[in-house]
Order: sequence, then C-alpha cells, then structure tokens
Amino acid sequence: MTTTHHSEKTQLLNLLWACQDAKGFISNQDIFDIAAKLDVSAIEVEGVCTFYHFFHRKPAGKYIIYLNNSILSELKGYSAIRKALEQATGGHWGGVDSTGQFGLFDTSCIGLSDQEPAMLINFYPFVKVTPERVFQLISALRAGASLAELADTVEDHLRYVPPGDRAIFFRDFAPGRALQRLTTISPQQVIDEIREAHLLGMGGAFFPTADKWQICRNNPGEQHYLVCNADEGEPGTFKDRVLMNRLPELLIEGMLIGGYAIGAAEGIIYLRAEYRYLLPRLEAAIATYKQLGWLGQPTPAKEPYTFDIRIQMGAGAYVCGEETALLDSLMGKRGEPWPKVFFPVERGYLGQPTSVNNVETLCAAARIIELGAKAFRSLGTPGSPGTKLLSVAGDCRFPGIYEIEWGMTVGELLGFCGAEDPYFIQVSGPSGICVPAAEQSRCICSEDLLCGGSVMVFNTQRDLLQVMINFTEFFKKESCGVCTPCRAGNFILGRKLDLLKRGLARPADLEEIRQWGQLLGVASRCGLGKASAHALINAMQKFPAYFQQRVRAKGREKGFDLDRALGDYREAVEQTS
Amino acid sequence: MKKIVNFTIDGKPCQAPEGENLVKAAAANGIKIPSLCYYEHIDPPLGTCRVCMVKVDKKAFAACTIKAKEGMQVEFDVPELNDARKAMVEMMFAEGNHFCPACEKSGDCDLQGLGYRLGVTISRFPHLFLNRFIDYRPKRIVVEHNRCILCRRCVEEVNTKDGFPVFSFLNRGASTEVRVDYDQEAKLDEEEAIKAMHLCPTGAILVRGKTQPRPRGERKYDLQDAGQTVTTPKAGMAPLKGQPKKVIATTSLAGCFGCHMSLLDIDEELMDVIEVVDISKSPLTDIKKFTRRCDVGIIEGGCCNDENIEVLKAFRANCDVLVALGECAIWGGLPAMRNFVPLEECLNEAYGHATSDLEQGKVIPHHVDLPELLDRVYGCNELVEIDYYIPGCPPDASHIWKVLKNILFGADYSIIKSEFKYD
Repeated sequence: MTTTHHSEKTQLLNLLWACQDAKGFISNQDIFDIAAKLDVSAIEVEGVCTFYHFFHRKPAGKYIIYLNNSILSELKGYSAIRKALEQATGGHWGGVDSTGQFGLFDTSCIGLSDQEPAMLINFYPFVKVTPERVFQLISALRAGASLAELADTVEDHLRYVPPGDRAIFFRDFAPGRALQRLTTISPQQVIDEIREAHLLGMGGAFFPTADKWQICRNNPGEQHYLVCNADEGEPGTFKDRVLMNRLPELLIEGMLIGGYAIGAAEGIIYLRAEYRYLLPRLEAAIATYKQLGWLGQPTPAKEPYTFDIRIQMGAGAYVCGEETALLDSLMGKRGEPWPKVFFPVERGYLGQPTSVNNVETLCAAARIIELGAKAFRSLGTPGSPGTKLLSVAGDCRFPGIYEIEWGMTVGELLGFCGAEDPYFIQVSGPSGICVPAAEQSRCICSEDLLCGGSVMVFNTQRDLLQVMINFTEFFKKESCGVCTPCRAGNFILGRKLDLLKRGLARPADLEEIRQWGQLLGVASRCGLGKASAHALINAMQKFPAYFQQRVRAKGREKGFDLDRALGDYREAVEQTS
Repeated sequence: MKKIVNFTIDGKPCQAPEGENLVKAAAANGIKIPSLCYYEHIDPPLGTCRVCMVKVDKKAFAACTIKAKEGMQVEFDVPELNDARKAMVEMMFAEGNHFCPACEKSGDCDLQGLGYRLGVTISRFPHLFLNRFIDYRPKRIVVEHNRCILCRRCVEEVNTKDGFPVFSFLNRGASTEVRVDYDQEAKLDEEEAIKAMHLCPTGAILVRGKTQPRPRGERKYDLQDAGQTVTTPKAGMAPLKGQPKKVIATTSLAGCFGCHMSLLDIDEELMDVIEVVDISKSPLTDIKKFTRRCDVGIIEGGCCNDENIEVLKAFRANCDVLVALGECAIWGGLPAMRNFVPLEECLNEAYGHATSDLEQGKVIPHHVDLPELLDRVYGCNELVEIDYYIPGCPPDASHIWKVLKNILFGADYSIIKSEFKYD
C-alpha cells in the first residue's frame, strides 16, 4: 500500500466525525461515500464506525445527551437524572424522543468524577446536575437557548499541592523556561536528564520514560512520531483534564522536548472526545507557540529541529487509552490493542518508531528539563521520585486534584480530601485495586501502592457488590472484543455477580469467580483484559466476610428463582385468556 | 539461513530457526500446541483465540505471539495451562450457540475437534444464549453467526481479487461480531468462497450448495486419532457401598429419549448388566415414584418446565450420584434453540399464528395439570449439582457403560476418541 493511501485512511475518524456532527448520525450512504473516497470496503468503514460509541448509525437527535454511568455517577444520582431526562424529553433511554430532538445515551466515565452527576450535551459539559436542572435545561433548549451559553464551566478543583517549593506541576509557569535549556543540551542529554530523574510513565504502566525515548530514538525510520495520550478513560481519573485546562503550554513544551529527544518532526495529541470542550484551549496554546516561533518552524535548540503538533479527536472507546489501540485509532482503524510482537517504539504510527506518552508524563518531562533532574529526584521516594497527580472523588468533602509527593500515606490522603466514614478506596480505577480504609499506613509510591491517577473513595454505606457489578459492566462494554477471555469472560462474570446479587450464589460460585477472574488475567490479549477482573479478585481477598455473607448454601440444590423463570409464561397466558 | 536456536518445551530440548513462531517451532519438534486462529503466514499473528497458552520463563503468553529464542524455557503440558486452554475452548462453547448435531461442519470442525482433544464434557461457564442471526444475504455464502468464535481469520484472509476485504469486525465489547460486505462478497468466485468456508475453524461460513457434509465416521475428526484416549474428567468415584445389587434410576426431562435408546445400544451386554443392577424409577420399568434410595440417577434432557425441575430435584434427593447424559441434560441441547427467542414469541409461533381459524384468537394451553414453561431451557447443573457428564447426541453406548461401571464397581476405564462425541 502506498503512503498516500495510508495517510488518507488515517482521516477516517475525521470523515466520520464530519458526518456525525452534520446530521447527528452516519447514514449508509455516508459509509458508502467514505468507502469510495478512501477506496476501501464499506464494511471496513462500518467496522470502524461501530467501534466508537459516539458514532451513531441511526439518527441520534439534535441534542445528543450522554450521561456518565460510572460508579461515582451511579452513587451521586445517576438514576434520578436519567429518569428526569426521560420525563423532560419524553424519550426512552438509549434512543431518541418522538420529535427527534433529544437522544439519551449512557457513556463511560467522562472525566468529571469530582462533579457528578455529570453529562455531556453535544459534548458541552454539564456538572452536578439535579433533576430540576434537567427540566430547566430541556425547556431552555426547546425554547432555542444556545448550548454554549447553558453549559457549565468546568472547575479544576485543585485541592492540594506539596507545601513549600515542592510542587512540580502546579507551580508558576513561564512559557519557554524549559525550552530555553534546549539551546544548550543535545537530544541525548535530554534523555540522560530524564533518565537521571527516573521519570516513570504516568498513564499507569510506569515504564521508564527515558528508556522509551532512547529505544525510539535509536530505532531507524523515515520519520519518528511523538504521540500524546490524552485519552484519559480510566473511570475516576480527571488529572489530564485539569492539566490541559490549566497548563496546556506545559504539555506543548513537554511534547517539544520529547520530540527533540526522539527526533520527531510531528507530535499528535490524541484527545478523547469527552474532552472536546478543551479543544479551543489546546488549539489556542498551539497557536501561541507557533507565534512564539517554537512550533511549525525551526525551533531554537542545540541541534535545531522543526516540530509541529496536531490534535486528533477520539470518538468514544476506553480501550484506545492502551497505546497500541490508540495508534490504530490514530491510523483510522478500530482501536484494538496489538499482540505484543513488536512495540510502538519499533513500529508505531504509520509503521515508524513512535513514542506514546501520557499528558502528565510529558508535563513532568518539561518540568525536569526546567528544574533539573536533581530537584525532581529530591522529591518523592527513591523508586518513584517527584510528584503525582491524583484525581480524588467519591465520598469525600473535597473531591478534586491532589498533587502529592510520592510517598504520601493513604491515611494522609483520606485526611486531606475529607473522606467521610471511608470503607475502602479504589486505587487506579476499575482495573486497579481495592484498599480498605483501615490500611491507613499504605504508602502511595512504587515501593508499595502505585496509582495511575484515579482514587475513588467509598464510605461504609456503599455496597461493594454494586461497585463490582458496575466495573464488570464497564469492561463488558469497553472490551475491544477481539479476544475470547475479555469479551466473553466479563460477560460471564457479570452473570455470576448477578447470581450473587439475587442471593442465589453458593460458596462454590465465589471460588469460580476467583478462578475465572484469574483466568482472564492469564489469558487475555492485552492489559485491559488482563486487569479487567483484578478489582473483583482483589475485593474478594480484602473483604472475604462481605462476600461470604452474600452466599446462600443449601445442600445439593442450586439457588433458582422459579417464579422469575415462570414469569414470561404466566404473563403470556394472562394476555391471551 | 537463519541461526538455529536451542530452547526447551517442558524440558524437552528443541531447535528452531531464530525468530520462528513458537506454534510452528513446537510442531517441528513434534509438539502440537492447539490453536484456532494461528496461521503461519499471518504476521503479526492474530492472537485472538487464546487457546495456545504457554508459559515462557514462567510468564503466560499466547504461543503464537512468541518467537523462538535461544535458551527460552517453555512450559506447555502442565496442569495449570492445560486447564487454561480447556477453559478457553469451553468459553467459546458458552459464548456461541454450538449445536453440533445440527451443524454441517460437525466432524470437520476445528473447535469441536479441539473439544474432543481436550476432553471437554461440559463448559464450566454458563451459556450466554445470545440472540445471533444467520445472514442469508450474501450471494454465495451464508454466515451462521451462532457458530462464530471471532477468530478473525476471515477478516484477515478473505479478500477480493482487487484487494478489498470481504469481512470485518463490527461493534465492540460483548457485542462484537463479524460481518460481510455484500458487494465485495459478490465478487468472490466459487473457489474463493469455498476457500473461505474451509478457512473458518467452525461452521460459521458456509457456501450455498457446497457444504455436502461427509457421513459420520468419514469426517476429518472421525478419522484423526480415532483410537486415541481422550482425557476426560474421571468419574473417580469409590465403588458404592450398600446392597450387592446396585440400583439405578433414569429419566428423560426435556429430551427425546434418544439417550435412553443409546443406553440400550450395548446390546447383549445388557443381559450382564441386569444381573448386577436393579433399575428402579425409570421409563424402562415404568416405575413412577422413588420407592427406595438409588445409587445412580441418570438424567436425560434439560429443564424446560416446572415439572422437569421437580423431577430433577427428586432425583437429586434420592440418588447418591447424578449423571447428566447427553447434550440436553448437560446444557440444554437442541431444545435450548429456543433460548434466544423470547418465550412469548415462541408461544405465538406455536399457538398464535398456527391455530386454525376454528379458534377465536390465540389460546396458549394452560391448566393446573399442565406443567408451566420456563423462560428458557436450563441445563441440569443450573438447578442441582451434577456429579458426572457424558456428552453426545446421543452419547456413545460404550462411553455410558464404562462410566457407569466405574461409578458402581470402581472398574477402571479409558474413553477413546471414537466413543467421545458431541453429535
């Protein structure tokens, strides 16, 4: 295949977005037209289109409303909002009302966990929504009010930075301070400095950034690419949202530095569609850096180079936060993680060596170059120097962003965030682990408890099983669907949890849940699948008594709800007699 | 020439060119790692079916994603991995709707063959009974989505002469499915379509008029390793104590009595059996009620109504060991074909649309003496604990009796492949 053909195909998501935005859905004719334009099979286009849940194949309304269905939303009033939306619009969930005005849909976490329940209407954010507000909004929209005016301003809720001069991210920022250093150091020296700082990937995998950049730099290719992973999808995480809203300039400098280090001429920000309202902010910052002479023209550096940044919008798929899935999505394909036979640093975007780095990692890199590795290393713990942004939400008085020095204890964090009667915290989201609040002395750092960014606090009134069912449903929807254990396994685990919820499970079922969860961890194709039952197994380990008490053992008969099983028949008979 | 590297599989020294795919490298060293999606020429490998699980230097991987490397230590035939591989196959049976007795590809199906090879008697996972459809729209082929395991072979491999893919994945998560591009499919000639059919490891891609199933006994997996022992879970029961003559009860729930016919298929050996076994409650004796405790209860058929459940529970209460005999008892079998159609629709089809015009409107039979229908057909182990499963539609007679003799008298046995069938 020729390169031109390749690069045209990378436009597929944008072409689909154009149709979606223009009409509110993507018609069969659109699919055929795009297929003809790109010279591909219509089924390929449809395959890509149906992978992303913000693309609709049927009219989805003039106003498409996405209500977050993550666990935190569920606990803060999801069902009341959903009911209010149905009543106010007269529509049914998952479809469009009879006038074709309002489409009502679920979506996974939209990165507003600190202000739930939250929803997007045509990607404008609405936070801390109440049923009353829903009725007001819908009538205002019916009366022709503009969404831009109705929409909320998303607060950053920056709650904590380390005292003294110990903040890394949220300290004073002046454009170019980090970039100035590039005039005195070579790309290799940048990597060396990052290595000395021992910067780890902040997206959640904690791979040493310097190693990634070094391998990428060393690999030969016609082009090298730097990709910024701004597809922050792990439920409960919103740190990248705040970074991009508050300090987009820092991100751009991080990308310029990363691009310099690996020898890239192009940087791409893969921005999740849920954060579309951040697009103007990011674009303005990019424009500023062009004006300042750093982007799109030779950048002043010891080894001069030219670097530019563009933004690619995602279209709704959690799994695209996995770097290889993200790259496929960037290339206009379904976002399916690759079997790990080679890595992006070897063959990434368009087959070229590519470094994919999280927003926070790139921002940290810029600060390291600005402040020096030594200053960075003097913070945090030996295994995880520096600071970390935590998105804290749930049952606490001060949900928001906490820039902590690695090494803070769970107890300290619970104290700072005003946790109310905490029962457990879910660390790193549904694919992370469950830490009982009693484990106050656990230390958040690589030596003990690593955290990708999501910290969800649950109080003692919360039902652990409800949380786990929400997580399993999340994976069932967000699995890419390619491998059997993740696609079918989470579905099957969901059925098992339903038994538990209905009081029909036996002790053997608990053991099976544990074994099957482990199987998903062993056999799944990518990190998402491997981690998908992690939280569940972990919760069962931490709270065995809770799960035991949900189990009903009864001889050699199994739990079975006969009335429920006969319900359909009885109803059918009643209707006809 | 590529460098030859030395490595081990389960301690056995192996050699292969460096970088060779481990599935291929193992085969060259006489070790057959099972897989449903691996194809030598697809690079990077698909890695979708996850059946070829191995451990390399103590870490689990799909073998097809591993390249031969000097000194690597591969674990393959170890209990943990054998179980994981078996679980993957069982999961495919639970996810799709695999009715082997009604499938054109039965006996020639890689998934089924792997089920035999790994001794799968039941899926440990609950069947999902998803309502999938059969796509008759393509010109030459029919896509039977019930049987699709989403291995992705067709997506990667079936292209038109002018280079357009014919298949693609659609949707995401639990709703992922394979779909055909009708325009592209129409460009395939018959030979290409037949190739696509053979590429499919199950019976999901069929070519109109070209399926021609071979007769039982002459199919690929009938012929392959027919005499080989299948590792089934051993009944492993201690011989039952108690009265010298053992007591058996049997029943047919939502079944066709075909399994009972198979019970009789041991022919003259039946005379020996009668010497040592009393048959209590059973359609064979027409004894309707349990009058004494039984050693073994044999259940044919799953549960489609409340009476089935009542009988099954009585069997559980009155028998020491319960054996689920045949596909229907194990997971629902052919009657479970209604499981993805809402009950109301089934009833309408049978009694609503089909009644003569003598009747005014539709009447669904109901009476206090009539059993009430369940929302779907359930396998027996969804209601009670089952101790042993004998697959087949019907199961092979010698398989049945080997297991029974083991349970009753502790007689050792092994099942050979020709006695192990799903159809």
